Amino acid sequence: MKPVGIILRRELASYFSTPLAVVVILFFLVLANVFAFFLGSLYERGQADMSSFFRFLPWLYLLLCPAVSMRLWAEERRSGSIELLLTQPITLWQAVIGKFLAAWLFVGIALALTFPLWISVNYLGNPDNGVIVAAYLGSFFVAGGFLAIGTFTSSLTKNQLVAFLVAALICFVLLLAGYPMTTAWFESWAPQWLVDGIFAMSFLGHFENIVKGVLDLRDVLYFALVSIFFLLASATVLEAVKSR
Amino acid sequence: MIKTQNLTKHFDGLVAVDDLTFSVEPGEVLGFLGPNGAGKSTTMRMLAGFITPTSGTGSVGGHDVVSDAQAAKAVLGYLPEGAPHYGEMTVGGFLEFVADLRALEGERRRQRLDYVIGRLQLEGVFEQTIETLSKGFKRRVGLAQAIVHDPKVLILDEPTDGLDPLQKHEVRTLISEIAREKTIVISTHILEEVDAVCTRAVIIAHGRLVADDTPAALRARAPSGRLEDVFRAVAA
Repeated sequence: MKPVGIILRRELASYFSTPLAVVVILFFLVLANVFAFFLGSLYERGQADMSSFFRFLPWLYLLLCPAVSMRLWAEERRSGSIELLLTQPITLWQAVIGKFLAAWLFVGIALALTFPLWISVNYLGNPDNGVIVAAYLGSFFVAGGFLAIGTFTSSLTKNQLVAFLVAALICFVLLLAGYPMTTAWFESWAPQWLVDGIFAMSFLGHFENIVKGVLDLRDVLYFALVSIFFLLASATVLEAVKSR
Repeated sequence: MIKTQNLTKHFDGLVAVDDLTFSVEPGEVLGFLGPNGAGKSTTMRMLAGFITPTSGTGSVGGHDVVSDAQAAKAVLGYLPEGAPHYGEMTVGGFLEFVADLRALEGERRRQRLDYVIGRLQLEGVFEQTIETLSKGFKRRVGLAQAIVHDPKVLILDEPTDGLDPLQKHEVRTLISEIAREKTIVISTHILEEVDAVCTRAVIIAHGRLVADDTPAALRARAPSGRLEDVFRAVAA
């Protein structure tokens, strides 16, 4: 298991080796606050909770997560360093996990840095902090799902931009599938089981509980399964790249 | 130490390496020769565990490169073609990273790192990021990475490619110096290099082995006594 930690550390360090990481985090924080205060009307609602922040989080993830994961494998493939990495005494799976965990931790840091909002809400009123902690934890799991998809698209190409766009597109579709507008449109013609099925597969369907601070095992399991599925797919793609 | 048995690799119907059987013993420095596209790099990549053979087997230090890949990679030092690198890392950070992956610890770790940094004259660029280095230095970092764990077996894909004559000489001296108890394979298309460092040479063309002999014996095959003429005759 040790190589996973070594790879995680290298990846995380390489994020912070350029100012880009700081820019990405700042961008995320600014947008997160803009969304929470203006779109989410944090003040006007007059309620001491953070749902106006968490509700927009998946849309922010749509930009943040693919940006964080896009270089994981695409850059290794482009520069050829993948050959250097995979001829070290490690397994492909250890490399996939180590890189994914680094990206996940990076988004975890970005998420943790939204803490001033939490402090503000506590200053303004008496929110249910248990609900907020649960929502944070849930949001962290959601990020895992987004990042696994990004890891997968990054393994498919040598081009980071392509990896970013395809990941954002897949995540967008999975998000939109659960949006009331989409659901309503499906309901107008599709049988109920199909509507339910699409909603059950969507990100938003599982995120709704998380926003409310309800950590349902099924929702956590959903994002865990999405992550595992796309990480396995990444490993399969990389194995195929190796043995074309 | 290195053995291949009917090693074969197909790429989408193209035969890159065709039924290659050879072995290399400790103390030997095998020169791997052949025109571009002959299958040199593909063979080395299979031995290094980077790509999987279509058929046949290969082993490094007695460990099969497919079924026992971790053990095979652990006894091997490998310099990939073009010495790819992590540009954003510092030389020091990169070598520490490789030492971590190679599970070097304590006193031995310090000794080995000191040795490669000194031997490849990397002290002056230790804190520099690799992308800012000259080609010669990048190659040296690649070599340092390959020998940091004092491997029994070394596979170096074009270790002197793109270096100036002085640097070429440096690398050859290094190889000769560590060659005594190691098994080394180097690929090159510089024929003078074969005379300079190799105890044996293998020529492959179109993925097949066409000659396997000592440099002297190979040279004797041509009336002119020049390796270049032998190479042209068998590799065509």
